[in-house]
Amino acid sequence: MEFLSDPVLLARLQFAATAAYHFIFVPLTIGLGLIMAINATRSFRSRAPEDEAATVFWVKIFTATFVLGVATGITMEFSFGTNWADYSRFVGDIFGAPLAAEALLAFFLESSFLGVLLFGRGKVSPKLYCASAWLVWFGSALSALWILIANSWMQTPAGAELSADGTSAVLTDFLAAALNPSLVPRYGHTVLALLVMGAFVAMAVAGWYMLKGRHAQFAAKTMRLGVVVAIVSTAVLLGTAHSSAVVVSEEQPSKLAMMEGMYDSEVPPLYAFGWVDEQSQEVVTPFSIPGGTSFLATGTWDTEFPGLNELAQTEQFAGLDPATAPVNFVFQTYHLMVAMFGAICLICLLALIFTFRKGKIVKMRWLQWLCVISPVFPFIAIQAGWFTAEVGRQPWVVYPSMTSPDGVSLLVQDGVSASVSNVEVTITLILFLAVYLFLLIAWARTIGRFIKEGPAVKGAPEAGAVAVEEVLVVDEGAAAAPVADASRKGGE
Amino acid sequence: MEITVLQGLWFLLIFVLIAGYFVLDGFDLGAGILYPFVAKTDEDKAVVRTSIGPVWDANEVWLLTAGGALFAAFPDAYATTFSGFYLAVMLVLFSLIVRAVAVEYAGIDRKWRKVWNALFFVGSLLPALLLGVAVGNIYAGIPLDAAGNYAGIPLLGLITPFTLLTGVLSLVMFVAAGACWLSLKAPLGSSVRDSAAALRRPLLVAVLVLFVLESVMGHFVVQPDMFAGLTAVRWILAILVVLAIVGAAFFCAKGGRDGLVSGGLPAAQAAAVTKSDLAAFLCQAAGCFLLVMLLAASMFPNLVVASAGSVGASITAMTAGSSELTLGWMTGITCVGLPLVLVYHVVIYRTFRGRVDLAKVHY
Repeated sequence: MEFLSDPVLLARLQFAATAAYHFIFVPLTIGLGLIMAINATRSFRSRAPEDEAATVFWVKIFTATFVLGVATGITMEFSFGTNWADYSRFVGDIFGAPLAAEALLAFFLESSFLGVLLFGRGKVSPKLYCASAWLVWFGSALSALWILIANSWMQTPAGAELSADGTSAVLTDFLAAALNPSLVPRYGHTVLALLVMGAFVAMAVAGWYMLKGRHAQFAAKTMRLGVVVAIVSTAVLLGTAHSSAVVVSEEQPSKLAMMEGMYDSEVPPLYAFGWVDEQSQEVVTPFSIPGGTSFLATGTWDTEFPGLNELAQTEQFAGLDPATAPVNFVFQTYHLMVAMFGAICLICLLALIFTFRKGKIVKMRWLQWLCVISPVFPFIAIQAGWFTAEVGRQPWVVYPSMTSPDGVSLLVQDGVSASVSNVEVTITLILFLAVYLFLLIAWARTIGRFIKEGPAVKGAPEAGAVAVEEVLVVDEGAAAAPVADASRKGGE
Repeated sequence: MEITVLQGLWFLLIFVLIAGYFVLDGFDLGAGILYPFVAKTDEDKAVVRTSIGPVWDANEVWLLTAGGALFAAFPDAYATTFSGFYLAVMLVLFSLIVRAVAVEYAGIDRKWRKVWNALFFVGSLLPALLLGVAVGNIYAGIPLDAAGNYAGIPLLGLITPFTLLTGVLSLVMFVAAGACWLSLKAPLGSSVRDSAAALRRPLLVAVLVLFVLESVMGHFVVQPDMFAGLTAVRWILAILVVLAIVGAAFFCAKGGRDGLVSGGLPAAQAAAVTKSDLAAFLCQAAGCFLLVMLLAASMFPNLVVASAGSVGASITAMTAGSSELTLGWMTGITCVGLPLVLVYHVVIYRTFRGRVDLAKVHY
C-alpha cells in the first residue's frame, strides 16, 4: 500500500472520491429539476389530478436526491480548508468569493423554496408552488455557475497577480477573474450535460412503465418531455463541447497533449479509441483520421500542437514530467466521454423518431429497454468528462494557462495541508467511502421504491398502485378503474 | 498594523453569519438531540421532523455561508482552523452528512427507520458539542508553527477543561433552543409539546450557570488579554445575554403553567400559550445571538489566538485578510444577497407558521 505514504495522493484521492460522489447527485438535481419544474407548470396550467401526481412524483425523487447533493456539498466546501490548506492560502483572495457567493445567492434560494415544494402544497397558492419549483431549479443552475467560476479560474487563471512575497495570488480585476477564458464554454458544456442526464432519467422511468404496462399516460407524457429536452440539450451541447475543446487547445496545451496522447509535437490526428503506451510514448490504435483533432480545434488540417516533451522544456510548464504524467488515464477518460456522447446522440434520435411517429415506442420493447438503461451513458460521460478536466490539469492545481498572469500557478504538491497527517487522511478516506456506500444504497432503494410506487393520482387508493393493478389483471372487466392509468392497460 | 474599515466589517460579518447559524441551526440540532427523548411514538417523531422539515436545510446554509465567507475574507484563518481541527471538522461533516439524509429519509424509508432515527440523533449531537469545542479553541488559543499551521496533537490536543466547558455550553444552549422550538411548534396538548415545555426551564437555568462559569473562566483564567476598547461593549453584551435567557425562562414559566393543562384548551388560552412560547423562543434566540456577539467582542481583532509559547503569531483580521478589492466585491455581493436571504426566511417561516398539523402535511 505504497500510496498510503504519499500525502498528496491521499488528499487527491479523498477529494476525487468526494467530488465524483457529489457529481452523481448534482447532475440528477439540475437535470431532474428542469423536468420537475416543467411538470409543475403543466400541473399549474391544467390543474388535472394526473399532472399534479406527476409533479409530486418528481418532487419526491428530486428531494431524495437533492439532500444527498447537499450533504456531500458541505464536505466539498470545507475540504479546501481541511485537506488543502496551503492551496486555500494561495488562492483565498480569489477562490473564496465565488464559494461564499454560491452559498449566499444560490444555496439559500434552493433550500428555502425546496422547503415550500416539499411541505407547502396546500399551504401556498398554486402559483407560488409552481414558482418555487422554478426557483429551486434556477438556484441549482446558479450554484453551478459560481462553482464553475471557481473551478474555471483554477484552469485558466485571470484577473490576478502574484503577491509581492510570492505566497499568494491577489485579485486585480474581479470581473476578469470571474469571466475567465474557460468559464462560458465550460459552464454551458456542464449544465447542458446535466440536462441530458435528467432527460435520460425521465426517459428511463417512462420506458420502464411502458415495459411494465403501467401508468401509460404518465409514461407517454414523460417520454415526450424527456425526448424533447434531451434532443435540444444534446444539439446545443455539441456547440459547447466544441468551444470547450477549442479553449483547451488554446489555453491548456498540456491537457490537450494528454487527451490525445501527444508526447512529441505533431499535427494531432483524431482517434476513436486507442491505448497510450506510456513507456514507448506511442498511441496504439487500429485507425485514426490524420489531422482530425487539428481540424476540430482550429478548422485547419495541419496545425501542429506541442507535445508533452516539448512543453516540459519550457519555463512555464517546467513542473511537468512526461514520464509520470497520467497520459493514458486522461486519453481514456476523454475518449470514453466522446464515445458516450455518440451513444447519447443515437438514443436521442431513436427515441425522438419513434416517440413522435404516432408514439410507436409503446410497442417497441427493445427501444424501451434501451431507454431504461440509457442514463448510464450520460452518467459515464459526465464522470469521465470531469476526470478529464481535473486530471488533465495535473500536476498543477492552479494551471499556468497561456493567458494566465505570470507566476499565478500552483503545483498540487504545494497545496496540501501541512498539519494533517497521512493517518488522519487515511482514516477519513475509509470513513468517507463507507458512509458514501451506505448512503448510495439507501438512495437507490428509496428511488427504486418511488419508481415502483409510481405517481399516485388523487382519489386513487393510497396503498400502492401495484396491488390495485394485480387485482385488475384478475378482474379486468369488472374493475371500475379507480386508477386512471391502470384502466388504460387494457389496450395492450 | 491598523485595521481597515472593510477588515473590521468582515470581522463582524463573519461572526454575524456564525451567530445566524447558531441561532437557526441551533434549534433544529437541538430538536434532533431531543428527538429520542420527547418523541416516543412514530407520530411524535413525525411531528418533530415536520417542525424542522421546511427550514433545516436553509438553516444549515448559514454554516456554508460562514465557511465560504471566512475563506473569502480571511483565507489564512480558514486554512489554519479547518486543517488544524481536521478530525473534529471531519466528525462534524460526517454528522451533518448522515443527519441531512436521516431527516429526509426517516419519513420515507420505513424499513430503515430505526437507523435513520439513530443517525438523526447522533448527527445532531456531535456538531452541537464539537462546534462549541472548536470555538473554545480559537478563543483560548492553539499552538501555531511559523507558517501558521496548527502544531498541537490532533483531536485530543483540542480538548481542555475550558474547551470542553464551551462544548457543553453550546450543546445545552442548542438543546434549550430545540426545546423552545418544539414547545412552539408541536400541537398543544401533545406529549412532544408537554415534554419539551417542561424541559425548557431547567435547560435555560443550566445555560445561565454554564455561561457564568464560561465567562469567569474565560476572562480570568484562560484569556485575560482582550481588546481594551471594547470592555464596556462586552459588559453590556454580557448583561443582555443574561437578561435574554432570564426573559426566556420567564416566558416559559408563563406558558408552561397554562400549557401543561393538556388538551382541550379554549381558543383564547391556546393563543396565549402560543404567544408566550413564541416570546420564550425569541428571547433564547436573542440570547444565543448576543452570546456570539460577546465572543466577537472578546476575540477582536483575533480570528485564531496563538497559545502561550506558540511559534507563530495569532491570526488577526489584519494579517489574515484578503485584499481590499476582494473585500469590497464581497461587500457588494452581500448587499445584494443578504436582503434576499432575509426575504426567503420571511417567506418560509411565515408560510410554515403555527403548530404542526400532521393531517395537513401532503408529502
